[in-house]
Amino acid sequence: MERFLETFFNPVVMAKYAPDVIAGMGVTLAIAAAVIVAGIALGLALACLRAYRRKVLNFFIICYADIFRALPPLVLILILYFGFPSIGIRLSGAMVLFIVLSLTLAAFAEEIFWAGFSAVEKGQWEAGIATGLGFTRTLAFVALPQAVRLAMPPLVNRVLAITKMTALGSAIGVVEILSASTTAQSFSGSATPLTLSVIAYLVIFMPMVVLARWLENRTAWKKR
Amino acid sequence: MAKRPMLEIAALEKRFGDNTILKQIDLKVAEGELVFVIGPSGSGKSTMLRCCNRLEQPTSGDIIVDGRNIMAGTSRDLAQMRLQIGMVFQGFHLYPHMNVLKNVTLAQRKALKRSKAEADVRAMDMLERVGLAHKADAYPSELSGGQQQRVAIARALALDPKIMLFDEPTSALDPELVGSVLKVMKDLKSKGMTMLVVSHEMGFARETADRVVFMDGGVIVEEGTPDEIFGAPKAERTRAFLSRVAG
Repeated sequence: MERFLETFFNPVVMAKYAPDVIAGMGVTLAIAAAVIVAGIALGLALACLRAYRRKVLNFFIICYADIFRALPPLVLILILYFGFPSIGIRLSGAMVLFIVLSLTLAAFAEEIFWAGFSAVEKGQWEAGIATGLGFTRTLAFVALPQAVRLAMPPLVNRVLAITKMTALGSAIGVVEILSASTTAQSFSGSATPLTLSVIAYLVIFMPMVVLARWLENRTAWKKR
Repeated sequence: MAKRPMLEIAALEKRFGDNTILKQIDLKVAEGELVFVIGPSGSGKSTMLRCCNRLEQPTSGDIIVDGRNIMAGTSRDLAQMRLQIGMVFQGFHLYPHMNVLKNVTLAQRKALKRSKAEADVRAMDMLERVGLAHKADAYPSELSGGQQQRVAIARALALDPKIMLFDEPTSALDPELVGSVLKVMKDLKSKGMTMLVVSHEMGFARETADRVVFMDGGVIVEEGTPDEIFGAPKAERTRAFLSRVAG
């Protein structure tokens, strides 16, 4: 028991490296926030475009969504970070992480929003069109709000999964939580910094998990 | 027919591949007239109605609403013309994420570009007319089917349409709620609205319709006054249909 505590909860090591891990939390949060905003915005935009059912455009949207849902983000991260400099494109680790995770989230978000659009009854579109709203305004005011509401639970789960992947930044020198803790672990020779990373991740993600549960519980239309 | 036609359907055809749904339909609805369309299911009557605002794309023919051909013009023209054609669906299709007032003001604001105040006043007038002003803040899921259908009628009326199309407006309703919707339709008729109604409410047709059209197999078999159609149908198919629904 003493050895366990010594390994994972060494107070001296904790005190020494806590500031580094906290700084890593800042980096994780910043990248996660940027990824969530960009990924959802792009995914929603693509799903809306897809609703217009233009064959060529939809072919490209579907290809994009399928490829980015199929590829492991780490592969893309390594290509962008280690491969692209050879063709003259040099991106910072944080930028690579942001680009790859945003594009991956956007691919999943597009499919989730599209499923939401598909679940909106045909009659809703007809009602909008018949009242002279036209396709675009029916999309914006009638279908979109319903699709977004339907998309919420799966979307929140996907957002959680993607934001956790910020840990992949440790492979390309982005000093986020995991990277900060593994560095601290090497310097201290103790596993305690890894415990710090667990705490840091829980602090960030537990509220999100609770929020997800809450969102899932209120997806039904107002009913009393 | 002294009055000018508000709706004129000319040589309307609708085909899905080799399957012809509507054949050479010609029908005129005069201003203020209520024309009632009856016929067995699959006779094409709903398709014909849905062609009148091009929710269903006609294969050929003309649809002229108040002198303007809705088969011509850009999609923007079409949206403008649809504002003048109110449509009521069998399934109501109220927007579930909006309250009743918002349901009735949405198209007024976004398509007719009325101000919020103007749209609200108009919406409350129309809700008053269908007897549901007190439900303005309710959500569709909180209303009965009959109430939802009356809101749907108010939503269409708020756009000041020149003609109202009703696609089996009472077919999805519990029997005890049918009357409230028919009452609203009757009131509309008495105020001079031009109406084209597809429905199975024969009693209502007899009482309110100016003309009854019997459709079968994608063609208009017979048309006449309610007395002519219900009292002395000429075509064998009309007689067969009427005896089936009466029995």
